[in-house]
Amino acid sequence: MNQMVKLPEVPLGDPVNVSRRGFITGAATGALVLGFGLPVGEARAQGAAKIAPGTRVPAFLEIRPDNSIRLLSPFMEGGQGIWTAMAQIVGEELDADPSSFTVENAPAGPDYLVVFGQMRITGGSFSVRSSYDTMRKLGASGRAMLLQAGAKKLGVPLAELTTEPGRVLHKASGRSATYGELAPHALDLPAPAPAQITLRDPKTFRWIGKRQARLDIRAKSTGKAQFSIDTKVDGMLHAAVQHAPRLGLLVGKVTNEAEIKAMKGVHSVHVLDGALAVVAPRYWHARRAVEAAKVEWVASTAPTYRPMPADFSTEAFAKQLATTQGKEEVAEAAGDMAAAFASAKVTLSATYNSQYLNHAQLEPPSATARFNGDGTLDLWLPNQAPEMFQAEAAKVAGIAPEKVKIHSPLLGGFFGRHFIYPHGTPYPQAIELARRIGAPVKLIWSREEEFLRDPLRPMAAVRFRAALDAKGLPTAIEAVSITEGPTEGIADKRGPKLDDSALEGITGKKYAIPNKRIAQIFVKSPTTLAYWRSVGNSMNDFFYETFLDEVADKGGQDPYALRLHLLEGNARLTNLLKAVVDLAGGWKPGPFTAPDGSKRARGLGMASPFGTETAAMAEVSIVDGQVKVHDVWQAVDPGSIVNPAIIEAQVNSAVALGLSQVLVEQAVYKDGLREARNFDGYSVLRPDMMPRVHVRIVESGAPMGGIGEPGLPAVPPAVANAVSRLLGKRMRKMPLGQIA
Amino acid sequence: MIELTINGQQQRLDAEGDTPLLWVLRDDLGMTGTKYGCGVAQCGACSVLVDGTVMRSCVTPLEAVAGRQITTIEAVEKDPVGSRVVEAWVKHQVAQCGYCQSGQVMAATSLLKQSAHPKDDEIEAAMTNLCRCGTYNAIKAAVRDVASQGGKA
Ligand code: FES
Ligand code: FES
Repeated sequence: MNQMVKLPEVPLGDPVNVSRRGFITGAATGALVLGFGLPVGEARAQGAAKIAPGTRVPAFLEIRPDNSIRLLSPFMEGGQGIWTAMAQIVGEELDADPSSFTVENAPAGPDYLVVFGQMRITGGSFSVRSSYDTMRKLGASGRAMLLQAGAKKLGVPLAELTTEPGRVLHKASGRSATYGELAPHALDLPAPAPAQITLRDPKTFRWIGKRQARLDIRAKSTGKAQFSIDTKVDGMLHAAVQHAPRLGLLVGKVTNEAEIKAMKGVHSVHVLDGALAVVAPRYWHARRAVEAAKVEWVASTAPTYRPMPADFSTEAFAKQLATTQGKEEVAEAAGDMAAAFASAKVTLSATYNSQYLNHAQLEPPSATARFNGDGTLDLWLPNQAPEMFQAEAAKVAGIAPEKVKIHSPLLGGFFGRHFIYPHGTPYPQAIELARRIGAPVKLIWSREEEFLRDPLRPMAAVRFRAALDAKGLPTAIEAVSITEGPTEGIADKRGPKLDDSALEGITGKKYAIPNKRIAQIFVKSPTTLAYWRSVGNSMNDFFYETFLDEVADKGGQDPYALRLHLLEGNARLTNLLKAVVDLAGGWKPGPFTAPDGSKRARGLGMASPFGTETAAMAEVSIVDGQVKVHDVWQAVDPGSIVNPAIIEAQVNSAVALGLSQVLVEQAVYKDGLREARNFDGYSVLRPDMMPRVHVRIVESGAPMGGIGEPGLPAVPPAVANAVSRLLGKRMRKMPLGQIA
Repeated sequence: MIELTINGQQQRLDAEGDTPLLWVLRDDLGMTGTKYGCGVAQCGACSVLVDGTVMRSCVTPLEAVAGRQITTIEAVEKDPVGSRVVEAWVKHQVAQCGYCQSGQVMAATSLLKQSAHPKDDEIEAAMTNLCRCGTYNAIKAAVRDVASQGGKA
């Protein structure tokens, strides 16, 4: 995913006040602005060439007479706390308490393409770091406009004014005006010139960097938070589908169609591309009927997107990957591998495997589609990229993109699930059904239908070789990953360069090993593929960091001492590694006997995902043949931070997902069919499996990195290394599962 | 017609007796705070109280709760224990995506109504709902907080 967002840095434009162009007339409430419900077509017509994303205060902020502030977030909230972060950043510069903000996900539109001023996704742990300066400037522009309005209203020179949270103040006379009072006047003022926009000195931050309470907590604790699945529109019908058991099959015939149509509550039955759908006034009726349908599935005669072979088995595929020979495309190389191996005192090699994974976000996907009398289409759906969905939905509906209005409710879990995945999201079916029946349709994929079409985190096998010198130190490491990356998998096409998202995590390691060679052998996955939280790093750091422990074992080195040695001269990572050891009360690899009598061991892992550096330690024992993780310590260095409380929560969350992956999770296929299609067969981390999690945040001052994903990659290797030490036997595949 | 009491209000529902309570709540009554996650009693997102005890509404047929008192997340704060649970959820900043949290709050409320000061093993036995965002430690801290509050819960 990193490569999706590697864009050239472009200078961001100066702020403009669009309201002056008569875009929208003042809201009845006398709000500062306006850009809400900005017709997309108009925005495009007026601004496609001119709008510098993230500069038009009105497109983002509404200040109400009661001084409360509505902020449209360019980034989707899905649990990562981005709404709160945006309020902290904008509020800091606007001089308004973030707790006075209500935040909503912004619609599609050119104003919100704030990722380097060019595009927008919520992903790649990129939101804050890619928009930090832009959003600060936006808040500062708003403040400058309010100051100007204050000068007019109070009849004093601008230079004599200052602000306090939520108001403009004339200290000399003690007079002031609230932002809410000034908002209607700020409206018609010219946009502040760049010179008028002064950013606060970070030393004086009140909210950035502080433990600000989340703005969405109470709504989420009382059932009031609105997710896509909760969408309700007038006259809406419900739909449920039965997917072809294998992607690429089509509905041949429904042998009991008459019966299905006669079932209680059924409105209509529809054959879709690779699915059967039932529409009904109530979801339960639609669902029951579609599940009762007996469908004869037939192979498509035309080529289809990544058809699932009838003999596909994940077990056989894992073995195939491990032994596949072929063209090795080199991503990273240094030194002279042949010489290093020729002069090695000892060499070793090992093969590692990972598994396919579901996103398993708790909210099953849904989409609500409504065609309007004026030829426009409203679409409510979970998404991480409104403009991309707008463009794709327009193609599906056969209308212009500006006629599609994307609504982005809260996401009931993220994890990379809500990008555009061919055949992997319900909105094309919802659009088609709404078009056919001439009424709005809400389609929910049941958990079973979701697990059948959820695109998966790729599977890989990695063959490692290492050369060690007489001291037992590694002089060369080679890693050949046999896999298909998610980016090339989703595109169903290889790019001109290697897919970064395939190898990140076995590439980009910071250890000083003079000779290295990291390569990919491309083998196409029979399943559909996706980004999954921390993408390539989710498995690649497991591979590399567990093999590194294997190297340490072989060379008679302590894994902590070896890492410190290989990081000599790298102050940032040395500090970080020492920080996690300090957090854990020292390095005590074990095996040792804990006070409760259990035999335990500890392991380490490090990763450099999404611009952040991480180091993790895990303490494990074995209970009834299952790995029990007691504690996870993690030190994270994102350079600089916005909200330590949310960072701690995100690290906890990433630890849970990393543990889920290394301990229990895997999507299994046999004979082309998906084995477990609900949580009864597809295990995810349960509450009783959650360890204590200890987090230390290190602010090195390096360029800001991400937070949502980086806490994951170092966890699986830390656990696997601890288990290997405890058992005296290397763990080389995920999930660890039952320990013999 | 099936009659039941939901959040203190008598409801007459025109739905078949084998309809899961979950879909009656969400679609017939518009109470979407109760969530669908799996439909097979695995995740707990659909948890409601039936006569004060937590049940997974996705596998609870309507006819099984005829005449019983049902409490959903929409009314949880009207219950004195429920309102303390919600306050603890806010204080401990439990939610991330929030999708599982209605069910978590209902499960915690049920536990604390039955046992005012549950021990850790009781908490572990009662709090089995899945959270894909991994908020388990925050959930435990919030439940412990209410469990440690004085007096009768
Ligand atoms: S939806 Fe009822 S337990 Fe998952
Ligand atoms: S908060 Fe997201 S599933 Fe629990």
